[in-house]
Amino acid sequence: MTKYPNGPQEHGSSSASPRDAQAERPQEPGARAVRPLVAVEDLRVSFRGARGVVVEAVRGVDLAIAPGECLAVVGESGSGKSVTARALVGLAGAGATVRAARLEADGRDLRGLDDRQWREIRGRRIGLMLQDALSSLDPVRTVGAEIAEALRVHRVVPRAEVGGRVVELLAQSRVPEPELRARQYPYQLSGGLRQRALIASAMAADPGVLIADEPTTALDVAVQAQILDLLAAKKAEGTAVLLISHDLAVVARLADRIAVMYRGVFVETGTAEQVLRAPSHPYTRQLLAAVPSAHAKGTRLSPWPGGRATAGGAWDGTGCAFADRCPLAVDLCREQQPPDVPAGGDAEAGAAGGEHRARCSRLDVPWPAPAAVAAGRGRGGDQRTVLEVSGVSKSFAGPDGVRRLAVDDVSFTLDAGETLGVLGESGSGKSTTAAVVLGLLEPDAGSVRVLGRPWSGRPESERRPVRSRVQLIHQDPLGSFDPRFTVERVISEALGTPGRRTVRRERARITELLRLVGLDPALAGRRPRQLSGGQRQRVAIARAIAPEPDIVVCDEPVSALDASVQAQILDLLADLQERLGMAMLFISHDLGVIHHTSDRVLVMRQGVVVESGRVEEVFLAPAHSYTRELLAALPRVDDPAAVPDKEVRTVSTAKAAAPAEPVAGDPPAGPTSPPPSTARTARKEAPLR
Amino acid sequence: MSPQDTQDRPDTRDGQVKGGGPAGSPGTANLWRWLVRRLLLSVVVVLGSATAAFVALYLLPGDPVQTMLGPTGQTPALVAEVRHETGFDHPVYVRYGLFMGRLLRGDLGQSYQLHQSVKSLIFDQLGSTVELAVTGFVLALVVATVLAVTTAGRRPLLRGLASTLELVLASLPGFWIGVLLLTFFSFRWQLFPAVGGSGVNGLVLPSVTLALTLLGVFAQVMREGMERALSEPFVLSSRARGASETTVRVRHALRHAMVPMVTLSGWSVGALLSGAVIIETIFSRPGLGRVLVSAVNSRDLPVISGVVVVSAVAFSAVNLLTDVLYRVVDPRLKEAQA
Repeated sequence: MTKYPNGPQEHGSSSASPRDAQAERPQEPGARAVRPLVAVEDLRVSFRGARGVVVEAVRGVDLAIAPGECLAVVGESGSGKSVTARALVGLAGAGATVRAARLEADGRDLRGLDDRQWREIRGRRIGLMLQDALSSLDPVRTVGAEIAEALRVHRVVPRAEVGGRVVELLAQSRVPEPELRARQYPYQLSGGLRQRALIASAMAADPGVLIADEPTTALDVAVQAQILDLLAAKKAEGTAVLLISHDLAVVARLADRIAVMYRGVFVETGTAEQVLRAPSHPYTRQLLAAVPSAHAKGTRLSPWPGGRATAGGAWDGTGCAFADRCPLAVDLCREQQPPDVPAGGDAEAGAAGGEHRARCSRLDVPWPAPAAVAAGRGRGGDQRTVLEVSGVSKSFAGPDGVRRLAVDDVSFTLDAGETLGVLGESGSGKSTTAAVVLGLLEPDAGSVRVLGRPWSGRPESERRPVRSRVQLIHQDPLGSFDPRFTVERVISEALGTPGRRTVRRERARITELLRLVGLDPALAGRRPRQLSGGQRQRVAIARAIAPEPDIVVCDEPVSALDASVQAQILDLLADLQERLGMAMLFISHDLGVIHHTSDRVLVMRQGVVVESGRVEEVFLAPAHSYTRELLAALPRVDDPAAVPDKEVRTVSTAKAAAPAEPVAGDPPAGPTSPPPSTARTARKEAPLR
Repeated sequence: MSPQDTQDRPDTRDGQVKGGGPAGSPGTANLWRWLVRRLLLSVVVVLGSATAAFVALYLLPGDPVQTMLGPTGQTPALVAEVRHETGFDHPVYVRYGLFMGRLLRGDLGQSYQLHQSVKSLIFDQLGSTVELAVTGFVLALVVATVLAVTTAGRRPLLRGLASTLELVLASLPGFWIGVLLLTFFSFRWQLFPAVGGSGVNGLVLPSVTLALTLLGVFAQVMREGMERALSEPFVLSSRARGASETTVRVRHALRHAMVPMVTLSGWSVGALLSGAVIIETIFSRPGLGRVLVSAVNSRDLPVISGVVVVSAVAFSAVNLLTDVLYRVVDPRLKEAQA
């Protein structure tokens, strides 16, 4: 039971070796076959980059997937997970060199195939579906044509029957009105329907293996759940699924086994339950800890103090891949290849058959408890109100000329040093609210007061002296920077005119700001494009706090970032708020993020605040059914219901779920409610269905 | 071809209406409204360019009547008589009114020099020019397509060679190419006639010359479009379904490369016309270009403005055609433009 193949330790075979996996499969309920459909040993992929530099993207990966099984590969962007997936269909990319000790699909050796032979594998033996069906389906061809392509290439059915088969396939992928959809173009379908059509096209020639590369990224949570349901159904029919994702909650829903990938290495592998319940490798622990949620409230998400940026630079392949980001790392880690050892504690390793393995020499070292965020949050006796929004409404004309209310009678206040979360799905009016608060949009009705002075309805010349008191942190910092400006010039924008003279005069202040947001002042001369996503967001934060504002509006500041970077940015914002005492209006669709960061919350839906109050109260005992729906959909990676053998019913990411059906009309406003300050309010509900 | 299979299925009509698909009947109504608007716009363009031609010719220095009569044998009486005959004794706004009125009736006036109706003069020669322009354009398009499909995203050497060749062609002046072709193919090897010539044989060298001047730009634009499309995720999707390189290039990438190509085709009408003028002169071919050149030399105003009007009509027609083609090539634009 506990005997492992002794792969050469230099590049060591990671756990879950195919033979062992097979040996253990039959004992597990739900294992359907003995022979893995995909078997890979010591897969290595390298790219020849600029100036002949060879970059190793995948460094010795072993994996095996049996029919009806789902293996999830989890990692942040750049970890090599997509390259691994694409190498299985011979599409690792131009200039890629793929080597493997074993590379088999359906019993066929895939090494050394020529292009014609590869084409017989692609779509027929292994289907690949990419994220974002809008760009993964040819926008100028009909959905039906895309699905028909696989049928024609592999001559699955006679020519005359292709049309009928396309419709059948769409129906099997749970696309309603399949005849109509087959004739439509991708842009005419909703995101969920597109994704289903993409699954239909990947599964058209009935491959035994489906590779799903980020299949639910960029989808609303309810839709995400439906797509995961569909993939689970394919799995139940016997398809072997290789799921690639950065989202642990998605993975928890579907995967039987999980491989955590970092810099081209599987650092930890095991069953979904083992990895999620008893994470062993420091990287896995960090990934799990980085997910903002209720129980992480008041603690730091990232193990690094002071909001330090840890991007992880180049790695030459010696020692542990994670050493430069690991809080437990010692010199040994940097010098020696970490051993591939049983993980999750001795008892469990014995009981569960030892499938759970991690590559780490410091597994015996206790993991530090997450540090608490400094209490008080700079919000002492001073309870002055910095922002008052009362009865604000704003409507826009649609393409058909009909005006629609984007924000409908929204009122709230924001006190100095506190964080007010605004939670809602796309189209709920939260960004319009932000624009009104920023004075970029004039409300149709209602008023905004900043620092006790009227803000809306005033000429811009009157607002200008106060403008620096209200700052914005954007979702896409790159888009908010002038690409020709250096970092110091970007920041100098907030300190006066964005000229070279300001930069010279304010150099000391710029350096101080960069330090404050955890950036090396040496980055001051770089341009935005030369920075990583996390670094850019730090620059945006530095620019926002430069005038020491009273109010910072954060519009989805972390939704485009990897989990571990998101954790660092959220920690940084908490630190800065504590130090500088600014009030934050924190806009997000992510329930976990809001719960983690905010003192109070407004839940918005279709332009209306349906519920508001203290975060703990609202999320503990939601009064409005919409909030309850959101909470029911709130995923917990460690939620027992979410881990293995799940009857896939509920939703599983920390994102605001859309209601399953659009609700006809808005709930009519109840008896005039007082402006929600600290008081708990909920809209009187209209029946939801 | 593939979409049709699914389109011919029964029971789809009401499905379309029910689904509220943008391809349904509201789209058709939009299309008509759009077409009418575009046609009106074309009329404005033609009338505008006729006006511009009138103003430009009016502002030219010198007396058109004296130019018309030639350097010898002018008497004041004769000048006055001709001035009255040609209507030059009227004030300018009356002349403009007369000019536009005739234009609206489809009358382009009489040539001063050739004493022939401008309309018949132009239409006699138009066929020859259109023949040259269309042949040259089609030739350039076909060769550019082949070049782009075969070399886009290929090995650097192959791609670089093709690209260099195209750059050289794009920067060579048309008349020089024409003279070069004449030197070798007519004088040295005597394969094709140097002057005039009728039928296909006479068309080869002029249309090749014209095609070569366009080819470089066409191929560059198409290759760039193909390469952009080839790096898109849907191409990876298609490959992952097992599609061959040819399928990927022809069925997917080429169609995306056609979008900038359609834009370029609209623009190339101007290049084709001015190219034809030069090439007709070099190869002594009959055509609109030569009519224009001699009219300019002799200040035959009605002919010049006639050619301007005909060019404007051609330009408008081709641009209307390209706008329709956009919608065929990229269905997403059906909604965007409505």
